[in-house]
Amino acid sequence: MRQDTIRLPGPAVAPDPGPGAVRPGDLTPELIATDWWSDDAVSRAGIPVVDVPFVSVGGGIGSFVTVDYLRICGVPTSAIRVLTQLESPWESYEYLTRVSQIPRGERLRSDSASCPDNIWGFPSYAVREALATRSPRSLWNVLVEPILADYYTPKAGQAFESMEREHDRIDYASTVVKGQVRMVRRRVGGGYFTILIPAEGTSPTRRVAYRSRYVHVAVGYPGLKFLPDLMEYRERHRDYGSVVNAYEPHEQIYQRLAAAPGTVLVRGGGIVASRVLQRLIDDRDARGLQTQILHVFRTFVTGAHGPHVWMRRRGGDGWAYQGFNYPKSVWGGQLKARVRKLEGQERAALYAQFGGTNTPIRRNWQEQLRRGRRERWYHAFQGEITGLTPGPSGTVHAALRTANGPQDVQVTAVIDCTGLEADIREHRVLADLLDHGGAGRNPLGRLDVERSFEVRGTRSEPGRMYASGSATNGGYFPGVDTFLGLQIAAQEIADDLEALGFCARLGPVRSTHQWWLWARGRKI
Amino acid sequence: MLPTLNGRIQTRVFVLLVVGGLWTLLVSPLIGQPYGVTFVVLLAVVVLGVGWELLYHLIQQFRWEKDWPTLFGLLTAVNEGALLWALISAGAVPGVPREVPFGAFLVQFLSTWIIVWLVVNGPMRVPFVHWRFRGGRLI
Ligand SMILES: Cc1cc2nc3c(=O)[nH]c(=O)nc-3n(C[C@H](O)[C@H](O)[C@H](O)COP(=O)(O)OP(=O)(O)OC[C@H]3O[C@@H](n4cnc5c(N)ncnc54)[C@H](O)[C@@H]3O)c2cc1C
Repeated sequence: MRQDTIRLPGPAVAPDPGPGAVRPGDLTPELIATDWWSDDAVSRAGIPVVDVPFVSVGGGIGSFVTVDYLRICGVPTSAIRVLTQLESPWESYEYLTRVSQIPRGERLRSDSASCPDNIWGFPSYAVREALATRSPRSLWNVLVEPILADYYTPKAGQAFESMEREHDRIDYASTVVKGQVRMVRRRVGGGYFTILIPAEGTSPTRRVAYRSRYVHVAVGYPGLKFLPDLMEYRERHRDYGSVVNAYEPHEQIYQRLAAAPGTVLVRGGGIVASRVLQRLIDDRDARGLQTQILHVFRTFVTGAHGPHVWMRRRGGDGWAYQGFNYPKSVWGGQLKARVRKLEGQERAALYAQFGGTNTPIRRNWQEQLRRGRRERWYHAFQGEITGLTPGPSGTVHAALRTANGPQDVQVTAVIDCTGLEADIREHRVLADLLDHGGAGRNPLGRLDVERSFEVRGTRSEPGRMYASGSATNGGYFPGVDTFLGLQIAAQEIADDLEALGFCARLGPVRSTHQWWLWARGRKI
Repeated sequence: MLPTLNGRIQTRVFVLLVVGGLWTLLVSPLIGQPYGVTFVVLLAVVVLGVGWELLYHLIQQFRWEKDWPTLFGLLTAVNEGALLWALISAGAVPGVPREVPFGAFLVQFLSTWIIVWLVVNGPMRVPFVHWRFRGGRLI
């Protein structure tokens, strides 16, 4: 992983053997150079082979919901292996939400029926919350949203706890093998080899090959990057504590602001910025702090925007407002049906229209920012940071280019809330698929998948390779990088596998029966 | 709900006929109306509903999210019920006598509406796992 990439849970990328240093059980130059591997070549290299029908690479929430779906469609745990470096499917996700100010007690950004523990989305989180708390509040919320109330969203803790129950119910743990995946290659004669670097001390060889008919790739973010200006400041001035990205642990900044009054510069117009502002203002309110907040938007939205009356998004005070990261109907309705038919540039153009940086309009956030503007401790403006240099006594000096000309400010800290997702090539497994696996890019430059989530160009009859999650954004279905999107992908994959005879069809009878087992918490 | 036009119509017809049909079997004796009348009322909700769905679809186009809030699904009982009662009172619904008591109509119409609304907002997803991702289409 490169220096400019934010460290996520899991070990760093394990290096390949240098020339001449190849030991038995390791990748050989021959293997590295060939696109299609024969059983012979793998055995000549001394790499042990494990046979299993279905392999999922990643082991995050994408793998979890896919395995959940397949288990419900009757696939036994013995037919599935999840190759992962995570302790639990939600480890990486929980890390990202926690540092970006969504601890277990705070609410997420997906709706009541986006339940990664329940493929039916029924009973939804709101119903379950109402039952657990014996309060009709959450039910009232889903009844009147988004007209009379903000969209209901579940607490992070509810999502984690319910996933844990489902994890145990389907015996997910039996499918897990710990280690880092190096590559997936097509096999001569059909199917794939997935090369795993097993966790330390679990295998006599440095590599193990999983030979499977089906492979599912769900490796999450190819990488979350620091913006170049932030990198440059940190490296040049060896100051890693006062200029941070919100996806890094940055508690020290809130502590410094609590210890002495200060000004903080927040950059970005997405939900992470909203969260960070909320944390700053909550601290201000709870502890009587005097924190001043400067908030810089690259694009300052002043009102409703969009190409025509049929496509207008709300906005104002700098923000573009939208309940979820795309308009809601991409997860099931009109926009889902529409994008499914679009190719190439047309698809990319529609993504551009309803994507972009945005944040939900939430009443408590609105109230806090309105108060901040009125009391003049919150200042939002359009601009760009043109330079960062150390200021006196631990402060940071930021030069800004704004609509009113250049401006210099001195702040305690800079919190960058712009997430820049790395190119898919920065992920070694994905790069290998582009170079040796036959995979290509979609109109947004990500991994090109079919409507079934099969990775286009990678077929190795009778095998199939699928991918889901952020790496596939830009395909026939937007919203892939969400709980519900991952479940929609899982459904498409299961439907395809059912047609190939790998799992049972989830028709009304099986579905209702399986739901009943779920509702009673019966292990399957 | 995240319906497409086709999905709206399919869901309306299917759920009203199946769930609404079963409910009508139960409720008719309770409100003292013959099946001949209550089933025609149910059928009228289906037929008029197809027209209403066209209008709702048009209204939905003004929404950025292209969704159909849960509340709308409940409140549309008012306009649909009012039109149907007006038609019945005018003798314009063949097979339904003008002198059907308003109370009986109201109980049948509202109870059916609420049951159907509850079903499409949750339990429907249990037997039909694809339904919510296909804009409400069943076929
Ligand atoms: C701050 C934040 C908040 C979000 N909030 C929501 C929300 O409220 N609702 C919602 O629906 N979505 C939300 N999302 C989006 C999305 O649902 C999550 O990011 C989700 O975790 C994506 O699942 P995934 O499986 O694609 O990736 P992950 O859960 O990250 O799992 C992929 C895993 O693959 C592993 N991996 C990568 N390379 C290898 C390799 N070579 N070998 C082995 N393992 C490997 C990594 O360890 C990685 O953790 C949020 C995202 C973020 C960043």
